[in-house]
Amino acid sequence: MAEDIFKGYKGRALEILKTFNVRVWGQAIIKTNRGEFKGTVLPRAENDDDMHIVVKVATGYNIGIDVSTIISMEEIGYKEAHYKIPEKEFPINPKNPNVKLFGTGGTIASRLDYRTGAVIPAFSPGELYGAVPELADICNITTEKLFAVFSENMGPEQYKKLAIAIGKEIENGIDGIIIGHGTDTLSHTAAALTFMVQNPPVPIVLVGSQRSSDRPSSDAALNLIHAAITAGHGDIAEVMVCMFGPTSDEYGFLHRGTRVRKMHSSYRSTFRTLSDTPLATVSRKDGVKPIKKEYNHRRKDRNVIIKPYFEEKVSLVYYYPNMQPDIIDSLVDNGYRGIVIAGTGLGHVNKPLYPAIERATKKGVHIYMTVQTLYGYCHMYVYDTGRDLMAKGIVPAENMLPETAYIKLGWVLGQTDDREEVKKLMLTPINDEITRREPYNGYLVYQGGVPEVEEFLRKFHK
Amino acid sequence: MKFDAFENYCYTRKAIGYVARKNATIDDYRRIGFMSGLEVHQQLKTKEKLFCNCPAGIYQKPNDYDAEIIRHMRPTLSELGEYDGTALMEFKTRKEIVYLIKHETACTYEIDDTPPFKIDREALEIALEIAMLCKLNIVGEVHITRKQYLDGSIPTGFQRTAILGVEGELDLPNRKVRLIQLSIEEDSCREVSDIGHRRVYMTDRLGMPLIETVTYPDMKTPDEVKEVAEHIRFLNRSTGKVRVGIGSSRQDVNVSCKGGTRVEIKGVSHNKWIPELTHNECFRQWALLHIREKLLKQIPDVSQWKIETKEINTHGCKFRYLPIIQAIKNKNKIIAVQLPYFRGILSHFTQPGRCFAHEISERLKVIACLEQPNMICDEDIENKEIASDFKQIYPLFHATENDAFLIFWGPDDDIKTAIETIEERCKLAFKGVPNETRKALSNGTTIFERVLPGPDRMYPDTDSAPIPLTNEYLQKIAQQLPVPLNKRYQQLIEWNVPTDTFTYLLRNNLVPLIEKIYHELQISPKFVATLLAHRLKNIQGKYKHKTSFNFYMVYEMLQFIKHNSYSLSLAHILIKEKYLHPEMDFDSIMHSINFQRKNKDEILSFVQLLRTKFIPLNPKKEKLKKHWIMGKIRPLAIGNVEMKEICELIEQ
Ligand SMILES: [Zn+2]
Repeated sequence: MAEDIFKGYKGRALEILKTFNVRVWGQAIIKTNRGEFKGTVLPRAENDDDMHIVVKVATGYNIGIDVSTIISMEEIGYKEAHYKIPEKEFPINPKNPNVKLFGTGGTIASRLDYRTGAVIPAFSPGELYGAVPELADICNITTEKLFAVFSENMGPEQYKKLAIAIGKEIENGIDGIIIGHGTDTLSHTAAALTFMVQNPPVPIVLVGSQRSSDRPSSDAALNLIHAAITAGHGDIAEVMVCMFGPTSDEYGFLHRGTRVRKMHSSYRSTFRTLSDTPLATVSRKDGVKPIKKEYNHRRKDRNVIIKPYFEEKVSLVYYYPNMQPDIIDSLVDNGYRGIVIAGTGLGHVNKPLYPAIERATKKGVHIYMTVQTLYGYCHMYVYDTGRDLMAKGIVPAENMLPETAYIKLGWVLGQTDDREEVKKLMLTPINDEITRREPYNGYLVYQGGVPEVEEFLRKFHK
Repeated sequence: MKFDAFENYCYTRKAIGYVARKNATIDDYRRIGFMSGLEVHQQLKTKEKLFCNCPAGIYQKPNDYDAEIIRHMRPTLSELGEYDGTALMEFKTRKEIVYLIKHETACTYEIDDTPPFKIDREALEIALEIAMLCKLNIVGEVHITRKQYLDGSIPTGFQRTAILGVEGELDLPNRKVRLIQLSIEEDSCREVSDIGHRRVYMTDRLGMPLIETVTYPDMKTPDEVKEVAEHIRFLNRSTGKVRVGIGSSRQDVNVSCKGGTRVEIKGVSHNKWIPELTHNECFRQWALLHIREKLLKQIPDVSQWKIETKEINTHGCKFRYLPIIQAIKNKNKIIAVQLPYFRGILSHFTQPGRCFAHEISERLKVIACLEQPNMICDEDIENKEIASDFKQIYPLFHATENDAFLIFWGPDDDIKTAIETIEERCKLAFKGVPNETRKALSNGTTIFERVLPGPDRMYPDTDSAPIPLTNEYLQKIAQQLPVPLNKRYQQLIEWNVPTDTFTYLLRNNLVPLIEKIYHELQISPKFVATLLAHRLKNIQGKYKHKTSFNFYMVYEMLQFIKHNSYSLSLAHILIKEKYLHPEMDFDSIMHSINFQRKNKDEILSFVQLLRTKFIPLNPKKEKLKKHWIMGKIRPLAIGNVEMKEICELIEQ
């Protein structure tokens, strides 16, 4: 491709490069009215402006040169860079468990794409071994890239494909499964897989990273190591999310796929189990150490049940004061069959919404109530308003997290439309999406500044 | 064995032509091809840090922290698809990095739990100002780049840094010095400790804005290097917008000799250390080149060369060397190493008081995490009694007279890395001078710090967008530039200010103050210059204490004197009082020194009185009379009448 020699350049910058016949990766002397610059012309990120040319100078730094200041350019050499993660054959040890890694587009090991500035994931076992050699001591990894989408683009199509692929691997006798995933919707996928892959005999571990692996302090390698330990050696045969426990490089948490949520936009320790404790911790030193006494143990059989269903016409509505009834009306009029509401407090919405809710239920739309406090149960009996709502057809979803309830309603409505059947499926927990008890240590959102909390911070790694 | 290690050390020191710095001449430096360049780091005086909104310039004590965070650093690929050499070395060391954070001075950005915020504009503008003063070609767009540091000094594992200008020039009074570039960057953590596999840092300084000015390696003598470092410091300070005080400016000094390699001496915080450090580093390289020659002659085939190691069964041997006895007690493994054909090399001079064996020991500490003392060799220049310990070792190997031996010790887990480290350092000796960064010691010598990273460790920062620098923006900054440093020199010369005051005045950026006093109070620059650089400097040296005194108080003081029509000589007294009690106003100070207002006539009459009182015991000493009267009259006259005038009166 002819235009490929000007990677990412457009408009005026592209014109200048063409005028002076300088290619991307060309070493150039650039005379400007701010003085002379010398270096290698680099590709430009596609979303940046067309007023600058990027140059790598001899000291390794990048600089931008304003095209309006350029007097002349001369190409004096050419050296194209090849980005490649060193690929080494992944050493197979027959004594180690066999683990399958499914790729969905998350970044575990990666390299930089200059044009977009994005990181391209390394994925083949060889690349993984090149980046995280410790993996070979833990398990034998094979990989399969199911799709390459950003976390926010994961949806029902992908959930179903994943569930089916997992089922196949289990049938084929795999010892554990890892799914590499972007973190933004990691918990949604974890919930979906919990419902779609029931009674798995082996661990199914979802893992991501909060810092891309192109940085030395990335959490990617350690998360992956933890996931490999969990999948290959752990005894917990459930769908789990494996991410940093504290923000320090110490241990990971294994969270049940239905009770986990991303709670910080950028922290490494962003995933938390809500209204319960995590399932277990995992570390290089101690392996998988269960916190919860009850969990599904690893089994030899292959009796997994795959239920790849999903109704896409389901919505999650976050209630706010002064919400107008037309929000609900428009969902109904657009053919939505299920609505999960994240209500205030114990599960409430304002009065003006009542007629709309009544209308929706009459039209056969299934409405479930969750709480936007995230922690705690929906208790609609406490106030009259709650009782009114239930009378209008809203079903309280106990302490199911709003996102989990959304995923579950989609999954349930993919199987049946019968009001009672839907209700039964929704309120019968598959794996703790509803718990009968909330332990006291399930809600721990400490506040800084209090002496005992500060003391805890000083002593333990957050 | 007749070999005497200390004798060999002395002999080799002489053989390479080492001279102490005080005896070294320009010819010596020419002979060994002294070459040096500088990277001068200067903190900028901003309210906040460079990429987050934490306050800048607030420091904590090592044991004063609110939380600890642990990270490990893992090498990543460079954009050219390769791992950096330092990166791999640091990875080998498997350090646990602990950060002590304090809520007040660090947020989630410092600890890499939040992406960067927009660059601090205040910092960017100060840096651009300095870049313009350095006559650099200013870039069209600032690209934040990540420079990898796997030592943990920055929790992300890289420093965010960006070039503002390239190819500049400094105007020194006697010559010009070329600059490669100037960058703006975030400062790193301060190290608290580094023991075994655990390194501890504080995060207060982390993220503070810094500029780095990089010169070409144009300096040909150690004194020149210092002179240029001073000049850059003065230039930075001439803006009045940079930090002063301990640690606010630090130099990395690059040194090489003819045939040597660029070695970086890191974090030199005092310019006065530079000459000794660069002198010794250059001769160290010169010595390493001699070692290379020797080895290439001694070893039949260097490509086949390798070390032999044997683990010592500690039950079978009896050691007398204390650190070995201690190591056995600590359940360390004791390893004997044979270095074929290395006789005479381990005790070969490298730096004053140091020899090639130290090069190995230092790497064992840094790379294999073995705390010193971590080894002993049979050519130790300090311990002769070691011979008996080694006698037990020789039979374990096929030893010849040409071989040297060392014994090292450490925990089981570190032995493999340690053996690799020893072999690697020895093999590097065949090539000459290894690429490395070295840490400055106050005695003028240096120790190994880490392998010098290459340009491979630079990555574009995908978290931040490029920042365009428009012509209008640059023009606005150009308008606020201070007077260039070479103009300041000229000014001082024109004012007849004594040259011995220049360093003090420029270091403290006082020329603008002198100029202001000259223009507004019509006081001669020469008077103010010596008041500051002689009198005040002397007071500062004598009373070393914390004070809120600032130089602007000198302006206020002289204004006070002018306003009240006191004589200028009062300034010499007031300045000391004000320095010691900056919180007192000048009226109170006048009261506290018992100042009494007297007119000329009153003082004159007192002179007459004193004249009659002076009865010389020895008529020959009549001329002492003047001095005696002057001494008596001084406390009374100061502030009222100039002493010069009194002197004339007495003579009448
Ligand atoms: Zn901060």
